[in-house]
Amino acid sequence: MSMLRTIFSCMIGLCVSTGVNAQSIVDHFGFGKTPAPQDMAKYFAIPPSGAGLPPGSGTGKAGADIFAENCAACHGDKLQGNPAVGLGGDRLIGGRGSLASKTPIKTVESYWPYSTTLFDYVKRAMPFNAPGSLTDDQVYSLVAYILSEAKIVKPTDVMNADTLPKVVMPNRDGFIPDSRPELELYR
Amino acid sequence: MKQNGKAVYDAKSRQMAEQMILAEKRQLARQSEEDCDCKDGMFPSQPTPSRRGLLFAAGSVVGVIGAASIARAEPRKAPPGATFYDVAEDPTKEQGRPVAGDGGYGTRSQFETEVRVRYPTPNENTSWSFTPLSAMLGNTTPSGLHFERHHAGIPTIDPARHNLLIHGMVKNPLTFSVADIKRMPSVTRKHFIECSGNGLTEWNKPTLKTVQATHGLLSTSEWTGVQFSTFARETGLSDGAAWVLAEGADAAVMTRSIPLEKMLKDALIVYGQNGEAIRPEQGYPLRLLLPGYEGNTHIKWLRRLQVSDKPFMTREETSKYTDLLGNGKARMFSLDMDAKSVITFPSGDMKLPGPGFYNIGGLAWSGRGRIQSVDVSTDAGKTWYPARLESTPEPMCTVRFSFPWMWDGKVAVLQSRCMDETGYVQPTLKQLIAIRGDNGPFGSVYHLNAIQSWAINEAGEVSNVHA
Repeated sequence: MSMLRTIFSCMIGLCVSTGVNAQSIVDHFGFGKTPAPQDMAKYFAIPPSGAGLPPGSGTGKAGADIFAENCAACHGDKLQGNPAVGLGGDRLIGGRGSLASKTPIKTVESYWPYSTTLFDYVKRAMPFNAPGSLTDDQVYSLVAYILSEAKIVKPTDVMNADTLPKVVMPNRDGFIPDSRPELELYR
Repeated sequence: MKQNGKAVYDAKSRQMAEQMILAEKRQLARQSEEDCDCKDGMFPSQPTPSRRGLLFAAGSVVGVIGAASIARAEPRKAPPGATFYDVAEDPTKEQGRPVAGDGGYGTRSQFETEVRVRYPTPNENTSWSFTPLSAMLGNTTPSGLHFERHHAGIPTIDPARHNLLIHGMVKNPLTFSVADIKRMPSVTRKHFIECSGNGLTEWNKPTLKTVQATHGLLSTSEWTGVQFSTFARETGLSDGAAWVLAEGADAAVMTRSIPLEKMLKDALIVYGQNGEAIRPEQGYPLRLLLPGYEGNTHIKWLRRLQVSDKPFMTREETSKYTDLLGNGKARMFSLDMDAKSVITFPSGDMKLPGPGFYNIGGLAWSGRGRIQSVDVSTDAGKTWYPARLESTPEPMCTVRFSFPWMWDGKVAVLQSRCMDETGYVQPTLKQLIAIRGDNGPFGSVYHLNAIQSWAINEAGEVSNVHA
C-alpha cells in the first residue's frame, strides 16, 4: 500500500525528495488472507506428543474387521505385506531384533519409533484406493489392531488421544541424528 | 549383505531389482536391434536412419514390453514429446511447415527418442522414473525428462483453486493464492534435485547396466519462485520456532519436517521451472525447493507450511528415508546430499568402435555448495588427472566435466572423483561401507555417493563394475 501511495504521489508531482523515501520501503505486501477456522479443520499433523489427535477411540478387536476389509488386500491377512503387481503393500509386523543383522526387516513393529506416526499416516494416506476416507474411530481401531498384532498393546487396549502417545514402540531409541558429513572423507 | 557370495534382498526388493534388470535388458535389446556397432548416443553426428523403428519408445515397462512385441510396425508414430512429420528428400526443395502450425507450443524433434524409464515397483502410482543422463546436453535437464518420484501418483491441480497456508508458530497465519505468490518478489536459481535412493541397487554388486538406471534420479533445473524468508516476514515467526512441516496436495498428502534454519537460509517456494510453469510431475503449481537436500523433502503440490518447535516424525522421516547402519541404529534427518560425480560418456552398455580419441564427460554435484574440482582415472583409481570443468560451478548445482582421452584399445576402468568447496572428497564404496556398515541393500539403502566405475574391455564394450 505504502509503495502504491508513493508512486501515486510521484505521479501527481508531489514527490520532491531525493534518495530513498521511507515510505517506499514495503514492510508488508498486504495480500494473503487470514485463514478461517473452518478452512483449517481439514489439516492435521500428529507429532509424538499426540498434539492434535482427534476425539474418538478404537481397540484391536474392533480393528480386525476394518483391516480385513480395507487393508488386507495390499498388506496381507497376516500383515505380511504383498509384493504383487498393482499392490505392493509393505509388511507391517515382525522383524524385531533383525535390524543389526545382515537381513534387517523394517516394519511398524521392528522399526517405527512412534505410534503417533501410524495414526497420522493411516488417517492421511490410507487406504491406498480411497485415501483419507476412514473415520477417526476406524483409524484408532486400525492402529490398535496393527499394534496388537505386533504384540505392542493388548487387543482389548483402547487407543485414543490420551493412550496412543503413551505407547512405547520397540525401536523408540533406535534412531540417531545424522552423523554426516563423515569427517574421514575430508581432505 | 552377502551370504554365500550372493546378494540378500528381501522378497519385494529382490523382485523389483530383477524386474528392473529385465526391463533394462528389453529396452537395450530393442535399441541394439536398430543400431550400428557404435551404440546409440556414441556419435550423434552419424546418420541414424534405423531410428525410425524406435519412434514408439515408451517410458513404462508395460510400454517397453508392448513396443518389443509390436516391433517396427508403426513407422509414422513419433516418440513421446514429439510430432511425426514427413521427411523431405531435400529440405531445400520444398517449403517447410507453416509458422505456428504446431498450435503455438513446440515439440522436440521426432528423431529424439530419449525417455524416462520407470523402476518396476509393484505399484505404478508409488514409483520412480530415471532421467536418461547419458543423452543430456549441458547442465539443465529438459523439464519433460526430469526424474520422478511419486508416492501416490500425479495429481491434476487447478491453480485457481490451490492455496498455500502458512500457520503454526507464526504471529499472523496467512493463506496465499498462487496469484498472490506470483506478485511477490522472486528469485531464479539453478539447482539439482537428487533422490536419496539414487543408486540403491548398486550397494552390493553392480546390478543395472546404464547410467540412466544407476544415477538417473538426478536432474537440474532453473527454478523460479519466492524465498521462504519473504513469506516468513509476512507472517512473522513466534519465539521457539525451529521446524517447518511441508505438506503436499497429492493423495499421499506427503509431509516432511524441515529445520527452520534451512527454510530461512535458502528455501524457495517455486512455480517456475526452466522458464515456464513447473511441470505437473514436478509439483504444479507450487513446489518446495530445498537446495542440496534429498529429493523427497522438496514437497510437490505444496499446500501447507506449519511452523513448530519440534519435528513431526512423519512416516517419510522415520520409517522411510532413514539410514539403517550396520549396528542397527538408523540416522534420521540425513538431509544433505553428499558430493558425487559420474561419467556419463562413455558409460554402461555403450561400445567404443575402436582405439582413438574419446572426450570423457560427466556430471558432478554437491548438496553442500559448489564443486571445487573433478579428477578422472582410466586405471581404476591408481592414477588421477584433473578434469576440465565446462561451466562455472554454482552452489548445489551440477557441473559438467570432461577429460580428453586417447584409448589404446586395452582394458581400462574409468572413474571420476569430485571435491566440493567444503573439502569433502567423493569416497569409494569401500570407504562408505567401512563407515556405515555392510547391510547396505536393505539397510542403509539411501545416500550412495560412491565413485562409479565403468570397465572397458578390448572390444570396447563398457560395463558397470565395482573396482
